[in-house]
Amino acid sequence: MDFLPHTTEDVAEMLRAIGLPSVDALFEGIPASVRVGRSLEVPPALSEPELLSHMRELASRSKGAGDLACFAGGGAYDHHVPSAVRALASRAEFATSYTPYQPELSQGVLQAVFEFQSLICELFGLEVANASLYDGASALAEAVNLAVRVTGKERVVVGSTVNPNYIDVLRTYSSGLGLNIEVLPYGDDGTAKWDSADLEGTAAAVVASPNVFGRLEEVQGVAEAAHGAGGLCICVTDPTAMGILRSPGEAGADVAVAEGHALGNPMAYGGPYVGLFATKLELVRQVPGRIAGETVDADGKRAYVLTLQAREQHIRRAKATSNVCTNQTLMAIAAAVHLSWLGPQGLARLGEICIRNTAQVAARLAEIPGCTIRFDGPRFKELVLETPADASKLIRGLARRGFLAGPALGRWYPDLANCLLIAVTERRTEQDIAGLTEAIEKELTEQ
Amino acid sequence: MSSAGETGVLERSAGTRDPALPLIFELSKAGRRAWSLPEAQEEAPSLDDLIPPEHRRASPPRLPEVSERDLVRHFTRLSQRNWAIDVGAYPLGSCTMKYNPKVAEDAAAMPGFSLLHPHCDDGLVQGALEMLGILERALCDATGMARITFQPAAGAQGEMTGLLMMRAFHRDRGEDRKRVIIPDSAHGTNPASVALAGFRAHEVASNSDGLVDLDALEKALDTDVAGLMLTNPNTLGLFERDIEKIAAAVHKVGGLLYYDGANFNSIVGVVRPGDMGFDIVHLNLHKTFATPHGGGGPGSGPLAVSQRLERFLPSPVLEFDSGAERWSWNHDRPDSIGRIHSFHGNFGINVRAYAYLRSLGPEGLRRIAEYAVLNANYLRVLIEDAFPTAYPGICMHEFVSSAKPLRKHGVRAMDVAKRLIDLGYHPPTVYFPLVVEEALMVEPTETESLETIKGLGEALVQISGEAASDPELLHQAPQSTPVRRPDEARAARDLRLRWTPE
Repeated sequence: MDFLPHTTEDVAEMLRAIGLPSVDALFEGIPASVRVGRSLEVPPALSEPELLSHMRELASRSKGAGDLACFAGGGAYDHHVPSAVRALASRAEFATSYTPYQPELSQGVLQAVFEFQSLICELFGLEVANASLYDGASALAEAVNLAVRVTGKERVVVGSTVNPNYIDVLRTYSSGLGLNIEVLPYGDDGTAKWDSADLEGTAAAVVASPNVFGRLEEVQGVAEAAHGAGGLCICVTDPTAMGILRSPGEAGADVAVAEGHALGNPMAYGGPYVGLFATKLELVRQVPGRIAGETVDADGKRAYVLTLQAREQHIRRAKATSNVCTNQTLMAIAAAVHLSWLGPQGLARLGEICIRNTAQVAARLAEIPGCTIRFDGPRFKELVLETPADASKLIRGLARRGFLAGPALGRWYPDLANCLLIAVTERRTEQDIAGLTEAIEKELTEQ
Repeated sequence: MSSAGETGVLERSAGTRDPALPLIFELSKAGRRAWSLPEAQEEAPSLDDLIPPEHRRASPPRLPEVSERDLVRHFTRLSQRNWAIDVGAYPLGSCTMKYNPKVAEDAAAMPGFSLLHPHCDDGLVQGALEMLGILERALCDATGMARITFQPAAGAQGEMTGLLMMRAFHRDRGEDRKRVIIPDSAHGTNPASVALAGFRAHEVASNSDGLVDLDALEKALDTDVAGLMLTNPNTLGLFERDIEKIAAAVHKVGGLLYYDGANFNSIVGVVRPGDMGFDIVHLNLHKTFATPHGGGGPGSGPLAVSQRLERFLPSPVLEFDSGAERWSWNHDRPDSIGRIHSFHGNFGINVRAYAYLRSLGPEGLRRIAEYAVLNANYLRVLIEDAFPTAYPGICMHEFVSSAKPLRKHGVRAMDVAKRLIDLGYHPPTVYFPLVVEEALMVEPTETESLETIKGLGEALVQISGEAASDPELLHQAPQSTPVRRPDEARAARDLRLRWTPE
């Protein structure tokens, strides 16, 4: 099945107008020596019913939160996607539109992005947000590049409690620019040892709160120390915590970045997600990516456009603030709808459920013989569980019993070899929690 | 004379014209709610016991308080003020806005794809990994490459990934090459990615045919050159017919060739980048493979490379153990440039691209190129007298015309674009590529019909007449849209980038 409208007569009419005898003649400018000269080795075409049954067969051999109660975390979480959010974000007028280069025909996307930016500023207590970046990791990498441009320094200190995949992406991004990325160890309480950090000569200090272990960190102290050393403070955070927890802006951070998929976008094996990015107004001309702004039209009526484009690659080319062009607008629109669905009370409830239910899970799991909850102190929606068993094996065993947990922390932190992450969202019921506890007990005793 | 047009729907949608739509914040009323969430577990400790005051927020974020009905109407109305491929044609040159099949949406929404956790054990997601494996093999054959990473979330991220691999390749040979050559007609992402990857962009001018100037290229080439980035066909819609000589010249000095897949849709099934001599290829799946572009994203920019670059790919890499018949991610990649994405890239988009690929099969894929080129050339001849093509002759999937002849009437390319909106069509790309004055860059794509293209052509011809007879009509356009021309200078001067309470 293809999706082409041409009849044989249409093709003939078009060729006549062009003055060529055949479609092949259109390609005569391509040297024969480089032509492929055979059909591509691609599986044969399928009709729509055949395609759907093939896709269903593949999907049936993949198990996720549809089949198992999901307590897995590490940067992706099984949050509720409200029906209204799914319905609105999947409207084809949003989903099948292009970047709003013609504002008169794109007021819907532009206003939705303006609302998204406003909502993100509110969440993070900052003054400027962009129209989104690819994911949490690239948002962090872009924030570090901003700090390097602003300060003219190349040293960056990152807490080891920032999601290690983000640190890995940051290292990859910064390798081209030759930045010096230093990772600060964590202490017994599962927070980075900022007290012992030397921030002299740093472009940025990168602190996560909540961090990869679910623990809250003292962002304000990091921001003060970074500012004292002439650098910026970048805070990696979680938008679902912002109804309860102090925002990065309140704590003095200069840039807040986060993974925003939990706002209205399904886990989808890690993408498409949405990188959230907000900063102070004084840094607006260093912001990467697209920004929607309000103005008026020729009749004086309120209108929205993409603005400050002189920062961007299509104008500044090699001197642009970033190479980003395509972002994750549709995911940003879903996030805007989701935040409007929640409102301040809903967001506070969401945060409260995550915090209190995680504490309850911690209490239950701590009662299982041999199990320890690592890292005491306030946490958001994730905890580190240590057991006598190999963590990867335990995770596989739990999956057989109907529960997703993890990831195992050994690959990221060799000293946490028998540890795994457990995340608790508003989707987990009393029954799920009891079931997980029982499953872990059984796995540990029956192994 | 022209066309019923297609933009009228924006104008006619009930309740969407006037007045300007309020912001969602302006609909807020304290006490309204759309949210519905359970209580926290009853026996759980209280918030005050768990979170000390220094970690608590001082005041709640000022999110809107609206009912679900308010919410749904607001965003539905916003959507009605937006052009989309499901509404009408989008002939934006270089953007490849073709129809996005609905079946791909159904496929991506299946729980066995949409609800997978990215950290879960490989054994749980064999179907998803097999899908990626088949997609990789097909895209490798279509590009003539050996391996693929699906991590890049968009073309520009693919570019950066490829350039960092280029850097790793040279460093592995003990060479610290500094420059990457790009033609002056290149997309802005090319020089921006070059700079981010730590290279210097060296732009070379095109020749009088709009192609890479071989002499200028030869002069630019030396052992300090890490590689050349090229779109072929280029942004002028012209096939670089000297590509073999270009490749040989770059390879001779030890450089690599990077293929920017922005225009791959015009050659898929006809020519393979690998056969032209390219070493690294990114694809924009939202272009060639018809995934919806979401108002500016998501995209997906998988990067394919030849065998000699394979070990530098981002980690992890997908592998199949044929003995155990098991797919898995291999994280043990000592020469890898590292990760480029938090997880596995825009997986949900890759599912859609896979569904499209399986729908089309090999013949369907080749027809993409054939009809994209046919449609572009048909439109080109329809408007050539009114808007001369910058580089005459047969084009590939797009062409660049110039509105320069209208300048004597005081009419600019932007005026043509805006008037086209009133006649019912989304405008082409304007003022790009920079090498053509008053550029109108047009790409109808293969999914537009004879009738749509004819109507678009007639509208453009009508506008060229109006430029002489009534230029003011063009300056005042558009008149039929929810808003008229916005004051962009004011937007950049008097910054209003978020809502704040009055």
